Amino acid sequence: MSETALKRNRFGNAMIHLFFALLSIAIVAPFLLIVSVSLTDEKALVEFGYSFFPSRFSIIAYDFILRTPGALLRAYGNTIFITAAGTVLSLLITSMVAYTISRRDYRLRVPLTVYIFFTMLFSGGLVPFYILMTQYLHLKNSLWAIILPGMLSPFYVLIMKGFMGKIPHELIESAKVDGASEWRIFFRMILPLSTPALATLGLFIAFNYWNEWFNALLFIDSDRLVPLQLLLVRIMNTLDFLRNNSEYIQSLGLDMSQLPNESMRMALVILVAGPMMFIFPFFQKYFVQGMTVGSLKG
Amino acid sequence: MRHSEAVLPSAIAEDKPKSRKKLRGSDKELSLLALPAVIYIFVFSYLTMFGVIIAFKNYRYDKGIWGSEWVGLANFKFFFLTEKAYIVTRNTVLYNVWFWIATTFCALFVAILLNEISRKWSKYYQTVMFLPTFVSWVVIMYLAQIFLHHDYGFVNRLLESFGLNRVRWYLEPADWPAILTIAHMWKSIGFSALVYYAGIVAIDPSYYEAARMDGATRFQMVRKITIPMLAPLITILLIMTIGSMFRGDFGLHFFVSGNSPLLYNTVDIIDTFVYRALSVSGDTSMAAAVGLYQSLVGFALVVAANYAVRKINEENSLW
Repeated sequence: MSETALKRNRFGNAMIHLFFALLSIAIVAPFLLIVSVSLTDEKALVEFGYSFFPSRFSIIAYDFILRTPGALLRAYGNTIFITAAGTVLSLLITSMVAYTISRRDYRLRVPLTVYIFFTMLFSGGLVPFYILMTQYLHLKNSLWAIILPGMLSPFYVLIMKGFMGKIPHELIESAKVDGASEWRIFFRMILPLSTPALATLGLFIAFNYWNEWFNALLFIDSDRLVPLQLLLVRIMNTLDFLRNNSEYIQSLGLDMSQLPNESMRMALVILVAGPMMFIFPFFQKYFVQGMTVGSLKG
Repeated sequence: MRHSEAVLPSAIAEDKPKSRKKLRGSDKELSLLALPAVIYIFVFSYLTMFGVIIAFKNYRYDKGIWGSEWVGLANFKFFFLTEKAYIVTRNTVLYNVWFWIATTFCALFVAILLNEISRKWSKYYQTVMFLPTFVSWVVIMYLAQIFLHHDYGFVNRLLESFGLNRVRWYLEPADWPAILTIAHMWKSIGFSALVYYAGIVAIDPSYYEAARMDGATRFQMVRKITIPMLAPLITILLIMTIGSMFRGDFGLHFFVSGNSPLLYNTVDIIDTFVYRALSVSGDTSMAAAVGLYQSLVGFALVVAANYAVRKINEENSLW
């Protein structure tokens, strides 16, 4: 390469790094902002607004929440239960059915495959689903209303089937020759062999359950059953009208300072979403695998 | 356990998998394995498909599906005769089209640049860009408010410091297509760039080597090798977008806008409209009708998209 080309190349690289540095800042900025707000003194927030550096540092918001952590802990408990139970059950029924349609010698393979994947093409929509859940399954105000709807997806089946289809048929044949039943083959041989796929898919499912809010929004009214994401929705909803209409509130003669404080709400967001923000990125590779199969091969 | 298995003669099938009749017992066992999923899908997918008849009834919770009276197409008329039908359909389709264009451009751009730098740095940037993928829309609603809050919001304070007037963001429908685009891109750029990056990495490096020998510049290589090689991937993603043209991202439109009624004109999509008709205004049957309209058009689009894929490349088609 000639001298000038090399120089141009180096300049180009510098520009690319500059671009990514700016992009990274833009992506990280909202996180920094929310952390800063949660650590800012309430009066300073009102005076100076939200900014990237706490105008007056204060941890009172965290102190406040952690002194009466009841609602937060209960929400964590609910979310952990939903995630754990949902992921285990989901993996179980997904892998069971995925195995059967990965077996070329299974006679009902084709009709079963059509039966599963037709649901990707047409759905009854939200209303029949809502009526089914509330009027027929009576799952209003039950954590199962959050666990059941996301338990089996054709995408999950597709991912598992893709993996299980690669297990050599001779292994299954030889187990059968040894007298093992299909169930025994599945639980003793196929499942252990599928650990990598189960881990990838399980992580993906767990992530979906952890961040679930839609079904919670539809079916959970009881305070005791609120999962983490719904807790955040509720805290916003009680205030979102008021906070954007401060003049209206003043005209009603309400005192703004009576409203729960800003920093506390942001601190709550961090306590709810923060821990997983540190854990999930370590598993990024698996997410990418799960998501690309889900979105591309779907 | 061993005993009971040994009793099943067909489980010890002859080593010829072709002799199909002999596999009967084995088929039954496999069917039993599939049973939980079969029941699940029947209840959650097929029963709800049957539930679309609600759209043709005046559904009342006290009378149930059977007891409620038939009203024919009244629910559909009620929806299509209002301006709402046009607004939510337009918004849903336009956001999908626009997001596809914006995402393709930005993600391609980012992916191409990622490929120009060392793997170490590229991986580092990818991790940062991927962070928002893990954040739920509920949390993003809070992040958006930190920027857009009328009194304390970062953007309004910034405007003030330049001597400009504050904006009531949650009351100004005109700005929301741009705001939602930013939110959407912020959350999804890491993933969509990664999809294209994976596509670029898979390109045979010998193409680039040959081009370099011939003295091609970086730009020429991108234009003459990278983009053409990614064309199939871009096409597939386009077809998938077409297939889901009638479905929007509920969380983005519902939470980021704070579900502010003044913004419905530019923010509302079919999904949020159905949700509100069901759970806020209690217009159950009309919501079902809109949902059925969405499903039917969606179905037609998927079939059409799949037909298009088959024309281009059979391997990528759904059936």
